[in-house]
Amino acid sequence: MSIISFKQVHYTYPGDELESLCGADLEIEEGEFVAVLGHNGSGKSTLAKHMNAILIPDEGKVVVDGIDSSEEDKAFEIRRRVGMVFQNPDNQIVANVVEDDVAFAPENLGVPSEEIRARVDAALQQVGMYEYRTHAPHLLSGGQKQRVAIAGVIAMQPKIIVLDEPTAMLDPQGREEVLSTVTKLCREKGMTVVFITHHMDECIGADKLVIMSNGYIKAVGTPADIFSDVEMMAREGLAVPETTKLIYELNSVGFSLPLGELDEESCAAVIAAAMKK
Amino acid sequence: MLKDITLGQYFPGNTIAHRLDPRSKLILIVLYIAALFQATGWISYALVTAVTALCMIVSHISPKNIFKGLKPMLFIIALTALLNLFYTAGRPIVPGWPMTWEGLARSVQMILRIVLLITGTFLLTYTTSPIALTDGLELLLSPLKKIKVPVHEMTIMMSMALRFIPTLIEETDKIMSAQKARGADFETGRLTERAKALLPILVPLFVSAFRRADELAVAMESRCYHGGDGRTRMKVLHFAARDWAALALGLLFLAGMIVLKRFGL
Amino acid sequence: MSEIRVEKLRHVYSAGTPFEKVAIEDVSLTIPQGQFVGIIGHTGSGKSTFIQHLNALLQPTDGKVFVGGKDINENKYSRRDVKWQVGIVFQYPEYQLFEETVYRDIAFGPKNMKLSEEEIDTRVREAAKFAQVDEELFERSPLELSGGQKRRIAIAGVIALRPGVLILDEPTAGLDPAGCRQILDNICEYHRQSGSTVIIVSHNMDDTARIAERIIAFDHGRVAMDGTPEEIFSEPERLEAMGLDVPRPTSLAMALRAAGVPLEGSIYTHGQLLAAVLRAKEAATC
Repeated sequence: MSIISFKQVHYTYPGDELESLCGADLEIEEGEFVAVLGHNGSGKSTLAKHMNAILIPDEGKVVVDGIDSSEEDKAFEIRRRVGMVFQNPDNQIVANVVEDDVAFAPENLGVPSEEIRARVDAALQQVGMYEYRTHAPHLLSGGQKQRVAIAGVIAMQPKIIVLDEPTAMLDPQGREEVLSTVTKLCREKGMTVVFITHHMDECIGADKLVIMSNGYIKAVGTPADIFSDVEMMAREGLAVPETTKLIYELNSVGFSLPLGELDEESCAAVIAAAMKK
Repeated sequence: MLKDITLGQYFPGNTIAHRLDPRSKLILIVLYIAALFQATGWISYALVTAVTALCMIVSHISPKNIFKGLKPMLFIIALTALLNLFYTAGRPIVPGWPMTWEGLARSVQMILRIVLLITGTFLLTYTTSPIALTDGLELLLSPLKKIKVPVHEMTIMMSMALRFIPTLIEETDKIMSAQKARGADFETGRLTERAKALLPILVPLFVSAFRRADELAVAMESRCYHGGDGRTRMKVLHFAARDWAALALGLLFLAGMIVLKRFGL
Repeated sequence: MSEIRVEKLRHVYSAGTPFEKVAIEDVSLTIPQGQFVGIIGHTGSGKSTFIQHLNALLQPTDGKVFVGGKDINENKYSRRDVKWQVGIVFQYPEYQLFEETVYRDIAFGPKNMKLSEEEIDTRVREAAKFAQVDEELFERSPLELSGGQKRRIAIAGVIALRPGVLILDEPTAGLDPAGCRQILDNICEYHRQSGSTVIIVSHNMDDTARIAERIIAFDHGRVAMDGTPEEIFSEPERLEAMGLDVPRPTSLAMALRAAGVPLEGSIYTHGQLLAAVLRAKEAATC
């Protein structure tokens, strides 16, 4: 059974005329790294906010770890299973000291003091911010702040982490820090990760890629399959990796190379092999 | 730059002053202020000054740090001192001039009183983290919960405010630079013009503060925040022997000051 | 004329305190009128401090800045006048919008210049056109518009000063690819039509490589590299050593070379990469 399941979900924000989510169907399996790619206003954030019962579908159904999100008294149960990290690192840090911030969620859950301490230390170590535990958050870099926010979420010991454009406000180094931190959590700790972004290069290593546009889920598949559909990506106004783009154009002038080679080494190897023929 | 302001800053450390329970420190500051206001004569002022100096030594806070914090207050201190110097009746220092010996004494005492008051509160905020402070306050005031005073809400608002002060100061800096680049002028003009010139800073600042508050609320809800009921703490406050000792000393100090006042010293 | 000349610039933050930090050290350079310059460097390399010296928002600790041959820090009038000559669009400029209507917000700068009503009107319309702000939006509140629209309004607010030099700090930060493209197209169009100098500070190497005619790389407060994109990206290893990304085509070209495909020349755009691969193929089949 999938850990998150969307069945024909419709949602319109109060006061809006247009639907922000128009019949979304999506299955996310446990332990998967799912990337969601789309323009601003494509419905990515609306999709994310349905995953922890911040929003409840107008029509259709969202089931998280067996719990239907429309059951009102279960919102709390869903939120402790789904950690959310948001775009602006400054607006999700609640305390003046890093470790106090990480302790916020377990404190809310009523976890005993000694266990909170253990969870906070473990969470900070997992994101590589343990040495900064007594620092003031506002003096950290953007990437560090986001890692603190991730620690604050894993201290809750959720099964799933949803990150809503966590890299949009960061410099390239900060983006790399955040991406490698969550990739590690997924691959080593088996956590399910939903990573929402508009940087296509951050989707390359995902297990599953979801393309959103105007409130619709346009495509779901492996990054290799999705990016290979260069025409569809162009129609949606989305970029494809340099590797795919080069192979696609070489193919249009007579080469016949496989399109699914996303990382630079394998793409280079394929082209190098074709050269020798 | 605005960033250099140190108001309400915490200097981490491990002195006895740092290790005292924030609740005892809050009670001590109340005792200290009460004692300070008992001071009437030079002997009692000397005693408060000595006690304050002792506290500074114990908590490893240098006079330089205190002075840095006092800087923004210098104008008010100087003004009070001058008013007292000129407007106290008594024996003139120079015949024909309005300064009096009594005025001089009053103004020195006024300066001492303000400086000591500020120094005392700085010693509290310099040695206590904002979280510990608000936690202490919440626990101290928790009896008020019985009469439906929203103590938890008040203290969490306070700690959020403390958390966002540096962020908003940084943001003010950025907005000011941006408006200056469009030729905004905050330094010259008449008072009404200057007040009007603040709009381009205040409006964006408020808009962004509301946006932040909105996002913060969603983020807090996502982390299972649901008010004070059933919340636990990572750092549990312990009232230790040193706290009782400190409180006893504080009471003794206040009693001593009251006695000195009786004798007009 | 708005030629920029910087001589031995040095800037120290919080001088004389324990927090003292040298942000800029020994920077000397000249930017002729009309050049399109990209400034790159990782966070904390001094690039943001540098640009704030170009319109006297910051005063040098040492060294001088000349715009159009005049020392901009000569007195308070020169510091004020340079604001009209050198316009800066800061990061996330949409957060500076404050007026009730889009029109009045764009007019804020020209109004501060004490121009006549007609002149202000001309400039607002002209700036709005450059930044692709629809005149239909003029009476709307800027706060109710989308992120991309707000950003273009904020850029129009600086263009309305008709500065001889337009500086943009990370103009595309936080926007999606479509929003980025539109803003960059607008900036290129503005550069072409106005003949103004444009300086763009960016982390995005692909864009900078594509649009700038000169690139200046900052590292530890100093100018580490300065040249045409051709020159800069012929040494991608040096950029990587500074902790900077290289454009994606450059990086793929490096991988191809490592795999034994002989690519010639400096490669920093997709077109160059494709052409180089095709040339290599031709050479291989001959």
